[in-house]
Amino acid sequence: MSVLVNKNSKIVVQGFTGNEGTFHARQMIEYGTNVVGGITPGKGGQTHLGCPVFNTVSDAVKNTGADVSIIFVPPAFAADAIMEAADAGIKVIVCITEGIPVKDMIGAKAYIKKRNCVLVGPNCPGVITPDEAKVGIMPGFVFKKGRIGIVSKSGTLTYEAADQIVKAGLGISTAIGIGGDPIIGTSTKDAVEMLMNDPETDAIVMIGEIGGNYEAEAAKWISKNGNQKKVVAFIAGQTAPPGRRMGHAGAIIGGSDDTAAAKKKILSQNGIFVVDSPADIGIKMKEVLSLASN
Amino acid sequence: MNIHEYQAKEILKQYGVTVQEGIVATSPEEAVEAAKKLKELYNSDWVVIKSQIHAGGRGKGKIDGTEQRGVALAKNLEQVKEISHNILGNILVTIQTGAKGKRVNKVLVAQDVYYPGESSPKEFYMSVLLDRATGQNVIIYTTEGGMDIEEVAHNTPDKIYKEWIDPLVGLQSFQTRKIAFNLGLSGKAFKEMTAFVTSLYNAYTNIDASMFEINPVLKTSDNRILAVDGKVGIDDNALYRHPEIAALRDFEEEDPTEVEAGEYDLNYVKLDGNVGCMVNGAGLAMATMDIIKLSGGDPANFLDVGGTASAERVEKAMRIILKDPNVKAILINIFGGIVRCDRVAQGVVDAYNNIGNIPVPIIVRLQGTNAEEAKKLIDQSGLKVRSAIALKEAAEAVSEVLKN
Repeated sequence: MSVLVNKNSKIVVQGFTGNEGTFHARQMIEYGTNVVGGITPGKGGQTHLGCPVFNTVSDAVKNTGADVSIIFVPPAFAADAIMEAADAGIKVIVCITEGIPVKDMIGAKAYIKKRNCVLVGPNCPGVITPDEAKVGIMPGFVFKKGRIGIVSKSGTLTYEAADQIVKAGLGISTAIGIGGDPIIGTSTKDAVEMLMNDPETDAIVMIGEIGGNYEAEAAKWISKNGNQKKVVAFIAGQTAPPGRRMGHAGAIIGGSDDTAAAKKKILSQNGIFVVDSPADIGIKMKEVLSLASN
Repeated sequence: MNIHEYQAKEILKQYGVTVQEGIVATSPEEAVEAAKKLKELYNSDWVVIKSQIHAGGRGKGKIDGTEQRGVALAKNLEQVKEISHNILGNILVTIQTGAKGKRVNKVLVAQDVYYPGESSPKEFYMSVLLDRATGQNVIIYTTEGGMDIEEVAHNTPDKIYKEWIDPLVGLQSFQTRKIAFNLGLSGKAFKEMTAFVTSLYNAYTNIDASMFEINPVLKTSDNRILAVDGKVGIDDNALYRHPEIAALRDFEEEDPTEVEAGEYDLNYVKLDGNVGCMVNGAGLAMATMDIIKLSGGDPANFLDVGGTASAERVEKAMRIILKDPNVKAILINIFGGIVRCDRVAQGVVDAYNNIGNIPVPIIVRLQGTNAEEAKKLIDQSGLKVRSAIALKEAAEAVSEVLKN
């Protein structure tokens, strides 16, 4: 089963022939991901990395039956690429691009809402179901197959968490990098809900950061639905000053609910196992699971 | 990116928002000239001298070491000269600047808009910003103008109104009417308010603002609606399509090291602590700052070197961190995914040798592809660099270094 992507996914790459698109598409193919084609307007009919290139997403869908798209288009054109994918009937759209203007994303998010699809990102590392499909820019070797789901706003911190999970003798079912922008397609709660409903996932690592209300929303949903699976969480940015953007466009403390302390409190109150140190994610997960099995 | 009040008002005017008029001055003499011009235009001796810094709380804030407020009323030209002399070139400390304060290089000499008339003036609050929870823009407003909005929200949440804007159709007329009614307006002031809201929202969306805060919005004694202040944040990601706005950036308002780091394309934020850090990825960088705190130190900065972490970037980042005299140790934390750790380690060694005499201990934590080789490379370099692989080891190394 797994969530979002698996070995049967048919994946197309938007921005296929560009530098980023080429580099990461090659890595995805080497990982064994089922890349069926790519899109670069004006280059339709060519072959790239052994796959057909199309002018439009809709051509690609017609010819390959693609249901998943990954976007490496530059920021000025990325919102348009998201809407094109949604319009063409792509079911899972993963947008890697960082730096999309908020105004463009407000429009794109409203546009795709009326279509039957899921957007992951933007400004995210993508989604990986180990041994089946890597639809993203993460180093595949870090993610050994197992039964722990990961939801995270950050790239390298996701790899860190996955590495610790593996070192703790566990593995990953699906890791979802939801992205660090103020407007993203899949919220923490959406991603947690998918993993809660996934029979191949036993427990969840949830990595959040300062800014926004996604972690609090997820925490409330988790406890309202009976804390069906154990969740270990870390919130980055406990030492971040208010009003300063910490790299990610969304990582900024605007009000008191945005702080790491406020989020950690809400998470703890809702039965989530919160670690103070990012070095303890793997250990904590092991501890929580062994307590559960006793 | 943030801009000054006087710049925000210029933008608002372009979109048809009525503002409290004013003229910028950089010296007491210019301030006096500005006041004379305003008298010609508005026939009043009274003007308001307003410090132009990128921080709120100016009215209550004081010039360091004096009783001079950052915003003050002048009733004649002598007072204009005196007040602007007190302010210009000096440090203004407000609740938002912290104890260090900010140097005031410009004042806005503004018309007095609280003149007496047929009705009493009334202050409101209004802001437009992104509501992240719904993914829509929202207009937040209250009758409690001129106050700290977080305080109003905390003490009297029922007095705060919110109007969400559907992205597919934009702001509608009924919404502007609702806002004007909720603010208790009628007649001329009602009409002016609906136009004010429409223009304000147009300005916000057209320049790709991330926030527009007008506090206070004033109903004057002759029932006009105008923006007395303007605090504007711009979406950095959209600056590429607004070169005229990008040109408004005031480098004097920013930390010089942050400006330099920006030129190297390094994402650096200066903080007040004693342990510098260099990390690949924003989330891991924040997490590394947290580790420093948990290990008994305080982060001296946030620094994301990005995905590649090449020798050149590592060296530049190291030089930036070492500019801060408070730095007593540096923690380099790289999770090598697609970038190989041994390459990064070689980069660290090269950077170290190029810089020469580094006065503080360095801890390098490299995890991921070829982590073992990278550790060996660091350990055998003969440099005073401690290496670690697990994040826990790095944390322990930081706390040991701080103890010595």
